[in-house]
Amino acid sequence: MQNVNLNALLPDALLMAAVIVAWLNDTFTGDAGRKLTAGIALVSSLIAAVWYGALATDPHTYYFFSNMYVVDPFANLMKAFVTLGFAASLVYGRRYIEVRDLFRGDFYLLGMFSLLGQLVMISGNNFLTLYLGLELMSLSLYSLIALRKTHAISTEAAMKYYVLGALASGFTLYGISMMYGAVGTLDLGEVFHAISTGSTYNKVLLFGVIFIVAGIAFKMGAVPFHMWVPDVYQGAPTAMTLLVGGGPKLAAFAWGLRFLVVGLLPLAVDWQQMLVILAALSLILGNTVGIVQKNVKRMLAYSAIANMGFILLGLLSGVIDGRALGAANAYGSAAFYGITYLLTTLGTFGIVMLISRRDFEADSIDDLKGLNKRHPLLAAMTAIFMFSLAGIPPLVGFSAKLSVLSATMDAGLTWLTVLAVITSLFGAFYYLRIVKLMYFDEPLDSTPLDTTLSAQALLIVNGFAILLLGIFPGALMTVCQHALQFSFFKI
Amino acid sequence: MQSQHLLSLAIWLPIVFGVLVLFVGSDKNPAPARWFALIGSIISLLVTIPLITGFNDGTAAMQFVEQSNWIERFNISYHLGIDGISLWLIVLTALTTVIVVISAWEVITVRVTQYLAAFLVLSGLMVGVFSSLDGMLFYVFFEATLIPMYIIIGVWGGPNRVYAAFKFFLYTLAGSLLMLVALLYLYTQSHTFDLAAWYKLPLGFVPQVLMFIGFFLAFAVKVPMWPVHTWLPDAHVEAPTGGSVVLAAIMLKLGAYGFLRFSLPIVPDASHFLAPVVIILSLIAVIYIGFVALVQSDMKKLVAYSSIAHMGFVTLGFFIFNQIGTEGALVQMISHGFVSGAMFLCIGVLYDRMHTRDIAKYGGVVNTMPKFAAFSMLFAMANCGLPGTSGFVGEFMVILGAVQFNFWIGFLAAFTLVLGAAYTLWMYKRVIFGAVANGHVAELLDIGKREFLMLACLAVLVLFMGIYPKPFTDAMHESVTSLLSHVAQSKLPSAQAGVSAVPTATVQE
Repeated sequence: MQNVNLNALLPDALLMAAVIVAWLNDTFTGDAGRKLTAGIALVSSLIAAVWYGALATDPHTYYFFSNMYVVDPFANLMKAFVTLGFAASLVYGRRYIEVRDLFRGDFYLLGMFSLLGQLVMISGNNFLTLYLGLELMSLSLYSLIALRKTHAISTEAAMKYYVLGALASGFTLYGISMMYGAVGTLDLGEVFHAISTGSTYNKVLLFGVIFIVAGIAFKMGAVPFHMWVPDVYQGAPTAMTLLVGGGPKLAAFAWGLRFLVVGLLPLAVDWQQMLVILAALSLILGNTVGIVQKNVKRMLAYSAIANMGFILLGLLSGVIDGRALGAANAYGSAAFYGITYLLTTLGTFGIVMLISRRDFEADSIDDLKGLNKRHPLLAAMTAIFMFSLAGIPPLVGFSAKLSVLSATMDAGLTWLTVLAVITSLFGAFYYLRIVKLMYFDEPLDSTPLDTTLSAQALLIVNGFAILLLGIFPGALMTVCQHALQFSFFKI
Repeated sequence: MQSQHLLSLAIWLPIVFGVLVLFVGSDKNPAPARWFALIGSIISLLVTIPLITGFNDGTAAMQFVEQSNWIERFNISYHLGIDGISLWLIVLTALTTVIVVISAWEVITVRVTQYLAAFLVLSGLMVGVFSSLDGMLFYVFFEATLIPMYIIIGVWGGPNRVYAAFKFFLYTLAGSLLMLVALLYLYTQSHTFDLAAWYKLPLGFVPQVLMFIGFFLAFAVKVPMWPVHTWLPDAHVEAPTGGSVVLAAIMLKLGAYGFLRFSLPIVPDASHFLAPVVIILSLIAVIYIGFVALVQSDMKKLVAYSSIAHMGFVTLGFFIFNQIGTEGALVQMISHGFVSGAMFLCIGVLYDRMHTRDIAKYGGVVNTMPKFAAFSMLFAMANCGLPGTSGFVGEFMVILGAVQFNFWIGFLAAFTLVLGAAYTLWMYKRVIFGAVANGHVAELLDIGKREFLMLACLAVLVLFMGIYPKPFTDAMHESVTSLLSHVAQSKLPSAQAGVSAVPTATVQE
């Protein structure tokens, strides 16, 4: 292709270059230059996040490399938040990894590679690129979790994640091969065209869709493909948990959206039914099983499952009676939910790391006891995160649930809406319990918190972002909706 | 400030003051925080005075209206306005906050700043509920009130506070989540959250009934109505004095107010169809809960049950659909705000000295606390509806309305006068009269200036409203008339008009 405007690729290229520079730096300077490695990772991802945010206002779509790679407003929006989430994870995790001898080059390099993988997942426009992005992200994450070699639980978590993840990749690849068999192409646009003109063999197609949906559900952690989520969240060192549970969830959503909407929208009637089941099960299981968890990371894992159920609600409400009239609204609401959930996740795991210290993993919910006495401001921020997860206005969790539920209601799925609100009542219990521990109980130990100033400052910014986005959600909602509109549903 | 932003001021001033309180004082030196909170709550009360003086009695239209877009994507607007129904509730809220701040002065000693902040924020949120004209704005304020109250009960409450806080939160959340579904359904039908548009929206009978149930669960839990009332005694008993005052005086009114703003005008046919159910539940609350109150040994619990019985009167007044009943119920809401608030303050005064609320531990308090005994006599009389106190006006109007509607309902409702007198006066007798029961009572000190001030404020209001209720009812009159004419019109699409449950010509002047 000639005369391609490569500007849209520059932030991706920046991150790629940053990985290489950081790699070289770390190889040649070792421990002495570790701070530079960390700095490169942080600064490059921050610049890229802002850059993506600026590009997201450009309503045009650019294709690269024979339509393998696409940059549209939706991709830029998702990438902006995924990279922002990555940067925030690094700030939150800094002290945590330092005192655990995990402040190593491979932490940063693997993290950045997984970030690159996420970018490819978001921007893939071909079944093959999508798959490659997924593998790049997943393989980096498997090894990240296994970084704490001497720790049996971490290694076990990595092993579980790897085995199940490989299985899911296999599912996806199998589904893709079915698709290829039925349609004869891997390009999303051509697949869409071939299916909508009806020149394909339908049974094989459906078979393929089932496997692809299973792969998506696995990566998002929706029931019944959720088994890895609690173990990995709990077993991984918290800094790694955040790298798995933050950006990758949003990337997995964007990845699923590419598959299902850009490629397989004509089959929406079929995959929407599957998503209904996945969403309903995720909501029920995530919200109820979380109640009995004593480990805060495991509890947050079930919370993640329940929240993925909500994202699926948005994803399955796009096509009504075979028409995609409200699709931008529904998918926009799911994107809004994903973004705000990412911001909340950053905060919740941030606090878990803030109250941990050398030789002490603060992962029992009891470790949050009396936080209000130890540090009122951090306690207030955590309360904001918890009330937001419980969906109490005026916090952003409420606006997100509102937008997703209104899409579900528009789709005529009243029963699913009722199910969602009733299960979120159960979920509210375990979020409230955290607030109870922090405010109503006495602290178990009064050791001063061992944190960096930047992590504390970030947590406060994070909390206020949740509050302000909850009071003024309109702008981000509109941005999400427009991104979807301009990317996929141009009038 | 221009008058068109008065309502915003009434909402946001206390919230801003509440947040600032956190920064002006500390737990070691709480005095600045107390003064700051007092000034903030008084300014917030002063802001409501132009609302009263500038209020036009002659119209049912919304006044002091403010409207601007909030979330355009869902057509949600920041739409405020008040009519005669909400005017007094807003004033009541602001006033109660001042009294709560005063009542906490020496009593609350742990985490003072957070305590005061929670009440100020709560006050602003509740004013927001009473002035929202947008369904989603209402819901946001309605739900947001749970957060400060949960913390108030849980942090400064009694021994079983955690249980009470969870019960309070989850009960009310359970009710309001289904209301959210009803709101979303209305949105899909009308593509707006504007209440005025919803009042005109035609709706089929089955959706109306379902939506009525959604609203009903939210508001009945909040009121609370029998049989979903069980969270209230727990919450009251465990909450600190200020929490009980705000719960009884204002939070219960949020539910009753919701019936008037949502259930009745938006789904009038379902309201008429299901009114018998609501009336029966209200009567059960009045009579059965009255008996339950009789046997309580804990003073707070007794007053809590008495609140449920009185709120039963309010819902009864709403669902008999006549002018005098509805106005009576509104007067009852305001009056109950004063009286129950005062009752809880009185109990708080005793509790601060004796650290028990057990009626059996008291006796002969009049000997050591004569001023206190006089005040609590007045409030006890108001609680059982003695003529000349505010309690009488509302109850009498509701009973009149109920008799107009159906003699036997009025007859049963009138039992409240007997029961109310029985449980209130019996408690009064056991606590205040008689010989000094024990050494602790003998050592009691009478109320100080601060306590005198807050009780005197409420006493004046109780008497004023009992002797001269006209300013209150005059402001309500037009709004209630217009509401009832709304409720009398069937909203069924014409094809379904045959099954309309609305009786013809129910509006009476």
